Amino acid sequence: MPIKSYLAYPKEGWGELLAEKLAALPGCSVEPAENRELLILITDTPEEASDQALEQRLLAIPELDGLALVAAYAEEEIG
Amino acid sequence: MTRREALRSMAAAAAVTAASQLAPGVAFAAGTPKTLSAEGLTWKKTPCRFCGTGCGLLIGIKDNRAVAVKGDPASAVNKGLCCVKGYHSVIALYGKDRLTRAYVRNNGQLIPVPIGEALDLVASKLKETIDKHGKNAAGIYGSGQWTIPDGYVASKLFKGAIGTNNVEANARLCMASAVTGFMTTFGLDEPMGCYEDIDHADVFVLWGNNMAEMHPVLFSRMLDRRLRNAHVKIVDLATRWTRTSMAADRSILFQPNADLALANAIAYEMIRNQWIHRTFLDRHVSFHEGKTNIGYGTQDKFQFTDENRNITFNEYVKRLEEYTPDKVEKISGVPARDIRYLASLYGDPGKKVVSYWCMGMNQHVRGTWIQNLVYNLHLLTGKISQPGNGPFSLTGQPSACGTVREAGTLTHRLPHGDVTNEADRKMAARIWGVPVENIQPKPGLHTVEMFRALDRGDLRFLWIQVTNPMVTMPKLKRYREGARKEGRFVVVSDVYPTPTTDIADVILPSAMWIEREGMFGNSERRTQHWEQMLKPPGDAMSDTWQLIEVARRMGLGKHFNWTYENHIPEIWKEYTSFHHDPKHEMATYQALRENPGVMWPCPGGRETKWRYNARYDPAAKSVNGDPIDFYGKPDRRAWIWFRPWEPAAEEPDAEFPFWLNTGRVVEHWHTGSMTRRIPILHKAVPNAYVELHPMDARKLGIRNGDRVRLTSRRGALTLPAQIDGRGRPQEGHVFVPFFDEAILINELTLDAFCPISKQPDYKKCAVQVERA
Repeated sequence: MPIKSYLAYPKEGWGELLAEKLAALPGCSVEPAENRELLILITDTPEEASDQALEQRLLAIPELDGLALVAAYAEEEIG
Repeated sequence: MTRREALRSMAAAAAVTAASQLAPGVAFAAGTPKTLSAEGLTWKKTPCRFCGTGCGLLIGIKDNRAVAVKGDPASAVNKGLCCVKGYHSVIALYGKDRLTRAYVRNNGQLIPVPIGEALDLVASKLKETIDKHGKNAAGIYGSGQWTIPDGYVASKLFKGAIGTNNVEANARLCMASAVTGFMTTFGLDEPMGCYEDIDHADVFVLWGNNMAEMHPVLFSRMLDRRLRNAHVKIVDLATRWTRTSMAADRSILFQPNADLALANAIAYEMIRNQWIHRTFLDRHVSFHEGKTNIGYGTQDKFQFTDENRNITFNEYVKRLEEYTPDKVEKISGVPARDIRYLASLYGDPGKKVVSYWCMGMNQHVRGTWIQNLVYNLHLLTGKISQPGNGPFSLTGQPSACGTVREAGTLTHRLPHGDVTNEADRKMAARIWGVPVENIQPKPGLHTVEMFRALDRGDLRFLWIQVTNPMVTMPKLKRYREGARKEGRFVVVSDVYPTPTTDIADVILPSAMWIEREGMFGNSERRTQHWEQMLKPPGDAMSDTWQLIEVARRMGLGKHFNWTYENHIPEIWKEYTSFHHDPKHEMATYQALRENPGVMWPCPGGRETKWRYNARYDPAAKSVNGDPIDFYGKPDRRAWIWFRPWEPAAEEPDAEFPFWLNTGRVVEHWHTGSMTRRIPILHKAVPNAYVELHPMDARKLGIRNGDRVRLTSRRGALTLPAQIDGRGRPQEGHVFVPFFDEAILINELTLDAFCPISKQPDYKKCAVQVERA
């Protein structure tokens, strides 16, 4: 499932650091909201195994309070 | 832009939209893809292909391929938001096994043939059936996914030109009880309110409706309303704990069929506390009762006709004495204090209340009754036909309202009125240009009886379009075997192979959704048009045009004398001529092309948001400043029906000790024939499963993922267990979704139906549960 978008919620006060940590991960791009503690995370990975590995790394970030999947496209859909 | 970049941009745009719904006013830096780059793409509007919500979508087209989807911000329905099915909807166009050629069965094998040859065969077999066995040996079975032109042409061909009323749609399985509920209480079909009620209500009561999964965009709007207004409450009444229950302020679980008793107890409690609107009742309501012990329709050729007896308010109150909260606690399992709480919500004059429901109340052996009883709560309090106050029956399919209810594709209906009404028959005959004698004055076969007739041999020719009854019919084995019997001829028009194409003698490949022009009508009386955006693959052809081609081959072409280029606007013009009336005036073709959707009635081009209220509805007449006018009934009153609690058709016993409930999941549309071809949705929920309560699982030695055997009096199947997944049934209950053609749960269900609406009950039968 190589392309996904998430809403990422930081723990209170940790939005900036969370954005930095997410942006540093391979295949991740981040758009922080300008006026809310909320980030948009786009992940683009080559195949399902690396997607799952990335998801585990995301969930281990201590500044992350919650992650909500919005859209996802599997390799077959990308064609 | 590469496809990968387009999908990344779509994913980002979806997240921005979701963020703006969850955190209103949220802002992102300039350059964040609020919308996709327009480079190389042409964007066209359409309603979503899937549920009855009617979300507006914008489809990005490039090189005759749909490559992107986004929510239409101009749509009043979804305001730019979509659910997971909507965002992935166009991928369903491109499954590897898409039907692109016609097939004809020859010596048991389906052989590909040119579509013209297949259409010749369909026309000759239809004629041959009529010649040998009579007009009523033929029929057509469509769906709430038929576009309005599909359904209109099917009705005109079969009811008008051929002369049989054997025209049905799978909406019989979906919302027939909502129709009979509206008709018996108000005399006119479809909700009085609209989705804008969400922006005004203080309390939402959901009656057996898992909106978080089945109507997720409307549920998001409700959550947004609550987020902005702390006093807003959501109450979930259900037989199973779901994602909706989790998000609700209060989850109240009741025993199957006991919603009848529960609604009566709420009414009892409101009257006892004088939380009712006496002036409203005096001016706008009359009281009635009908037959009781009305049966379940499980035998062939079951007949039922209700009767109306007028009663007084005091007689109505007397009958409710059987439904005190304490008595109903014993029937329903709902604590009396929760019943009183519900009465206090409905009865509080300072609170605006909306009731929502869908399959829980519709697929019910007393489906008509429970609709009447929920209407009663709104009528007793006068909380109806105003912004934020009203009962609202949601639909499950994109055009259950537009095609089935409005264009009249149930056996007893015409585009205007009923076949039993001489004036309605005359109107149809005049507009269709057929002798009035062609239109039979009696309804034909309703859905369950249609498949029973196929089994018995009373029906010999059946054309099935855009639906999958060999997955969805209850007590499936009988109807599958019946359809395969010698001497039956079954035509199936579809976009993918399904268990229904497996029984076909002819398969016609259909153009899908945006591969043809069409209109849908959603739950809130909103008609939505889309243009043809893509060329259909191979020989695929719209269901409308298939019908016209067959009509021409049968020598009935003069009734369908349109060109391919003009047939949709011409059909719309002809169809809407049935509705030149302030109570049902439809939008013009031009208005539909220019807008994401238009709600009827719209006399003079003005939409009506709340019917029966002269402040909003030009058809309603205000009397002495009182704007309410229930003009659907001859007495211009809404009818409060006393309806008793009666048990389900089949209840758990020593041999079959569990209740079986069936339904959907958010990822899959109905039988999964399209959504299971969308890889991300298929991977999310690849197969059906059985939900059990953890205490039952422990008693039976079943763990998550174990194989479980379910057995009913009609069949058995084995499937994996799910414990504390997305839903939790009550103890003694199990739940199975029906989308999986490899795990056909309808082998087990019962073909009992509401005797008034003839809609089957998929929510209640008895099963054994054991570890396999």
